[in-house]
Amino acid sequence: MKSSVIIFPGSNCDRDMDVALKKFGFKNQMVWHNDPEIPKSDLIVLPGGFAYGDYLRCGSIAAKSKIIKSVVDFANSGGLVIGICNGFQILIETGLLPGALLTNKYLKFICKNVFVKLNKNESKYFKNIKKNVLELHIAHNDGNYFCSKDELKSLEDNNQIAVNYCGQNGEVTEKFNPNGSINNIAGIFNKNKNIIGMMPHPERMIDKYLSSNDGNFFFENLIKNLK
Amino acid sequence: MKIKVIVTLKEGVLDPQGKAIQQTLNGMSFSEVKQVRQGKYFDIEVNIEDEKKAKAKVEEMCKKLLANLVIEDYKIL
Repeated sequence: MKSSVIIFPGSNCDRDMDVALKKFGFKNQMVWHNDPEIPKSDLIVLPGGFAYGDYLRCGSIAAKSKIIKSVVDFANSGGLVIGICNGFQILIETGLLPGALLTNKYLKFICKNVFVKLNKNESKYFKNIKKNVLELHIAHNDGNYFCSKDELKSLEDNNQIAVNYCGQNGEVTEKFNPNGSINNIAGIFNKNKNIIGMMPHPERMIDKYLSSNDGNFFFENLIKNLK
Repeated sequence: MKIKVIVTLKEGVLDPQGKAIQQTLNGMSFSEVKQVRQGKYFDIEVNIEDEKKAKAKVEEMCKKLLANLVIEDYKIL
């Protein structure tokens, strides 16, 4: 399985993602944002970070990069695209995912472990995953997911809500909402479920000696579903 | 010519920074402040002399980059 991680000026989780993908068997390649096209891939990842210093709006400048046209074409033809944190913000700014990510409700940069509940629908990402609730890491200032009521209804009707912030036992309640996101939304799919954007970082949770290893469930399952 | 643009969050979209500014002003005894909404201001110099054409171009820029129409409104001054 071949994957590509796109690097923008200001990306800072690109190498963590590279390590995680390789650990679970992906042949990963790093792609610079100014490259004209992406090498043949089964998966494209837009990593976390602060592309272009979050100028204007998080992800807005990166969404106009040269490489993005290839990402959009790949996604629109059914290719798998993951956006983590800043990558999620970029996917939203490209219009591949609906809604917006606002500044956290309490104006604080949040850096901590959280529990998230996965929507185990038929997506390649979570189908057959061994756990319903994962402990992952978040580190963001602008992860407050927002969309209109109509959009929210459409997300629910199409089963597009991928990940919710929750308690250790999967309780999706306001108490476990770190940033003010509507309905504790931490990540969403596009309608076809080939694109996922989420604020939590599975790539930071692949080594129990460094952090924790719930991210292993995500990557192990993903490559299994792709084979 | 120069075109000025203001981008603000739409009504109904939470503006925590505006809220914090409002609370600070209230705390500074500006008790008359009921609400603050924070926005962005752009000064755009274009090499188009015709005002109508320049504004049309800037409007295109607003829609494509300067504002995120899901959460923001723009005003060309």
